[in-house]
Amino acid sequence: MWLIRNMGRRAIHSFQRLGRGNLFLFHTLMGIPQLFLRYRLIVQQLFAVGVMSLTIIVVSAAFTGMVLGLQLFNTLQNFGAEQSIGSVTALTLVRELGPVLTAIFFAGLAGTSLTAEIGLMKATEQLSGMEMMAVDPMRRVIAPRFLAAWVSVPILALIFSAVAILGAYFVAVGLLGLDSSVYWTQMQSYVDWDEDVVNGIIKSVAFGFIAAWIAVFEGHDAIPTSEGVSRATIRTVVHTSLSVLGLDFILTSLMFGG
Amino acid sequence: MLDEQDIMVRIRGMSFEYAGRKIFDNIDLDIPRGKITAIMGPSGTGKTTLLRLIGGQLKPSQGSIQVDGLEVPKLSHHDLYELRKRMGMLFQSGALLSDINVFENVAFPLREHTRLPESMIHDLVLMKLNAVGLRGAGKLMPSELSGGMARRVAMARAITLDPTMIMYDEPFTGQDPISMGILVKLIHSLNHSLGITSIVVSHDVAETATIADYVYLVSGGKVIDEGTPEQLNSSRSEWTTQFMQGQPDGPIPFHYPATDFRDELLGGGQG
Repeated sequence: MWLIRNMGRRAIHSFQRLGRGNLFLFHTLMGIPQLFLRYRLIVQQLFAVGVMSLTIIVVSAAFTGMVLGLQLFNTLQNFGAEQSIGSVTALTLVRELGPVLTAIFFAGLAGTSLTAEIGLMKATEQLSGMEMMAVDPMRRVIAPRFLAAWVSVPILALIFSAVAILGAYFVAVGLLGLDSSVYWTQMQSYVDWDEDVVNGIIKSVAFGFIAAWIAVFEGHDAIPTSEGVSRATIRTVVHTSLSVLGLDFILTSLMFGG
Repeated sequence: MLDEQDIMVRIRGMSFEYAGRKIFDNIDLDIPRGKITAIMGPSGTGKTTLLRLIGGQLKPSQGSIQVDGLEVPKLSHHDLYELRKRMGMLFQSGALLSDINVFENVAFPLREHTRLPESMIHDLVLMKLNAVGLRGAGKLMPSELSGGMARRVAMARAITLDPTMIMYDEPFTGQDPISMGILVKLIHSLNHSLGITSIVVSHDVAETATIADYVYLVSGGKVIDEGTPEQLNSSRSEWTTQFMQGQPDGPIPFHYPATDFRDELLGGGQG
């Protein structure tokens, strides 16, 4: 009996949060059109959210690419197919790893930062203060951060894929002796713009939307205490990672499932 | 009895519940225009909640809240925000925006709501900061301010748009005697020089009584007593006497409601 009651309470709580999250998203999206008149707010947030994430994205992309290059070279060599490393690396990165890893890294760095910032603004009554100054925090604080995060993820995903491809090139060509022209020719032959690159961009746009929504919502919905903000940042990482991985499966099935 | 046009805030039959707990139970309250009205009562009686209800950040379960003749809970989002441009609120924490300096904090409402040239914004902000004695602190960040200074900056920001009403939420809490004296003087001078209607929520009896024209005592979701500070100080009500004189026990019990002490001790902490 206790178990059923507990499960019921949790289910109701989850649905309530989902409802709040959707209403919150609606109000956030309603605030976006006015932002184009105040583009400075977006530029500020693009710098804070996007540019500040660049270092970790570039470094992690370089190592991901190098590991990928090393593993693929050794594996493909067993089948005498090491020439195809360029195409396999690019397809893996552009279709899957670029969008997915970027969204997860983004959630861990910029997402948690957004959640903590908004949560602390709530805890220190800054959002309430804005409301009482007749400034809507949804339009002034939430919408610019949401839009900047959403726009940043696809751009960062493209940068991630590009840097990782260079990382794999460095290992395969620079260290393991593969011919440079083979690496690029294979990539050029087997990577299709529409099917691979565009689908990868569509994925990262979807992941950016999810990552941005979760980050700003968790901050706004946080219990305004230090513990509440701490838990909200954890939820941002966990919910974004699981949502991105789940959504990736669905999108992959739709795009490449045959 | 006040005339209709003399009343800035009129509350009638207002009840408010939060998480199943009744915070206000059918209260009536009038805030006269151009006067300093204090809402006093023990901690946790919902004084800050009352300010949020007046400001439209919360909606009552039932009853009416009118500000300047407008029914606040029924206002559209747009109309509510228009009304708020005529209100100022001083939060207990100051609620200053932590990523911009003092000058920009005070300029914030002007930048958001007006298209004034930069030179005029500069002059207006300096005038407001000068009024609270912090013209020289414009470049400081909120983290560099003392509690008293933060509240004075918040006060400068609250009067930036020349509101007709200001709500002060516990302005004296945690202040040293000098800061408290400055805040008392500022609230009093703003009210008298600009004719601003002021609502001061506080449990600091002595300071509030020196500036308030009228006082409401609130506890247990009801208005327990009301009158001028002199009337309340000479009240025969046990509750009013306990609160105004700071007696530890009386109608408001010293102990939080609990089970029988003897039973709890003999129970050894079980159950």
